[in-house]
Amino acid sequence: MFEDFFKVVTKRFNGGDDDYKPPMFKCPRCQGLSPLSRYEELHRVCPACNYHGRLSAQERISITIDKESFREFDSEMKSRNPIDFPEYEEKQEELRERTGLNDAVITGTATIKGSPCVIGVMDSRYMMASMGSVVGEKIARAFEYAAANKLPVIMFTASGGARMQEGIVSLMQMAKTAGAVKLHSDQGGLYITVLTDPTTGGVTASFASLGDIIIAEPKILIGFAGRRVIENTIKQRLPDDFQLAEFMYEKGFIDMIVERRKMRSVLSHLLKLHGYNKKGV
Amino acid sequence: MSENKTAWERIQLVHNTGRPTINDYLPLIFTDYYEMHGDRLYGDDKAVIGAVGRLDGRPVTIIAQVKGRDINENKVCNFAMPHPEGYRKALRLARQAEKFHRPLICFIDTPGAFCGIAAEERGMGEAIAKNIAEFMTLRTPIISIVLGEAGSGGALGLGVCDELAMLENAQYSVLSPRGFASILWKDASREREASEIMRITAEDMVRLGVAETIIEEPLGGAHNDLDKISENIKEYLSQVIPEKCQKDIDVLLKERYTKFRKIGAFIE
Ligand SMILES: [Zn+2]
Repeated sequence: MFEDFFKVVTKRFNGGDDDYKPPMFKCPRCQGLSPLSRYEELHRVCPACNYHGRLSAQERISITIDKESFREFDSEMKSRNPIDFPEYEEKQEELRERTGLNDAVITGTATIKGSPCVIGVMDSRYMMASMGSVVGEKIARAFEYAAANKLPVIMFTASGGARMQEGIVSLMQMAKTAGAVKLHSDQGGLYITVLTDPTTGGVTASFASLGDIIIAEPKILIGFAGRRVIENTIKQRLPDDFQLAEFMYEKGFIDMIVERRKMRSVLSHLLKLHGYNKKGV
Repeated sequence: MSENKTAWERIQLVHNTGRPTINDYLPLIFTDYYEMHGDRLYGDDKAVIGAVGRLDGRPVTIIAQVKGRDINENKVCNFAMPHPEGYRKALRLARQAEKFHRPLICFIDTPGAFCGIAAEERGMGEAIAKNIAEFMTLRTPIISIVLGEAGSGGALGLGVCDELAMLENAQYSVLSPRGFASILWKDASREREASEIMRITAEDMVRLGVAETIIEEPLGGAHNDLDKISENIKEYLSQVIPEKCQKDIDVLLKERYTKFRKIGAFIE
């Protein structure tokens, strides 16, 4: 019987052609399979459970801001090797080639439906968007620029945690970024955090948790400690929904959960609600 | 006279010697102190103590992570691994220090913030993030001292300060060498090797701009002479606290921001 069922499924996916198997997306949340083309069409949202998958920083920027409004900051900034960690440079060279990124965050100015803002987007393809010197410096500069120019900041966060290859220097980026957020905030600037999959570790324990408004995408992972670390500490399996956006929302750490297709319009409304209108209007 | 030891030897020394804890130091460094309890939001975290007392007659606020000296004490203080309410208690007392113009002295001694269900549910990330941001602009001098180990964000939650001092054998790290080895090499048993390449000693911290001062320990380590190490800590505080208190607070805050702002290594 299961065999029969399996045949039906493959037939449907294959459109009757036994040789052709379209690439499939396996959802990390519901484990469901769907055609990759459908998942891509939805800008990487699982058609079955609404899990919001990972986007590259470039994709994120292009679906969020007004066309051709992006002016990038510090695009050439690259990390050095502060603790002389073996093979750190080589690993980064390889990643730069593969991703076209110089490190795990892109920052700059843009407009969203006419409202000007400073925007930062982390990219999990680059060393799991861990926070090292470059991530820390670019984010601190983005907030300082926004403070000096009276602009709001929108940060799309994602991170697997610390950049271990930078040791204690990585940890100190939490203080550097949180300090810059505070400086911007004390001058009355609006800061909107958009938590994306996965936002964990030192990023959660610094700028990601400091937004005036904290938004999350559905079904994404948000936490301080990693799931496995907690399971090892408490010696039991965690429930499946632990640390998902909806869980953190219930616990009171998130203002709203917003779907990707509505994000641009929600951000635009929030910017305008805080008085950041079109230039000259 | 400082001794040459490897990072691994220092880790052993901190963990296996019955090293003094804040509870040993408090009566030898401060007078007239009263412990304060609770975050006024959820509960009282026994992994963090807060107190008001005097240093050389001057009122100060003291916040410290507490290690137990035996298994029973460690059960009470959760092996110095705070929950979010520990950081929120610290922030409450830090703001109180600001209100009453008392300098704030933080003693860091933790393997890290606690990793558990309740800690996540109550917002560990938010609690640490808020302390980091708020300490950055707290309008009173802050001195932090690492007594034994300073683990990750759990340490930084008490680590934003005007000056950081490390006891000679203390360590500060982004995660434990064991965790480091298991994540990076999928082999936790290589922790000794990890400890040597991670740069976690007091000297490393001064070189990387994270710490300003190393407080010398008695020969063989702090546990060998509690009076002497307490005297060394007190001597440091007696010199640095008046110095920071004399500074214009806006200058002090600018320097505090810059201290962290300049840590990092990149090219453009
Ligand atoms: Zn799904």
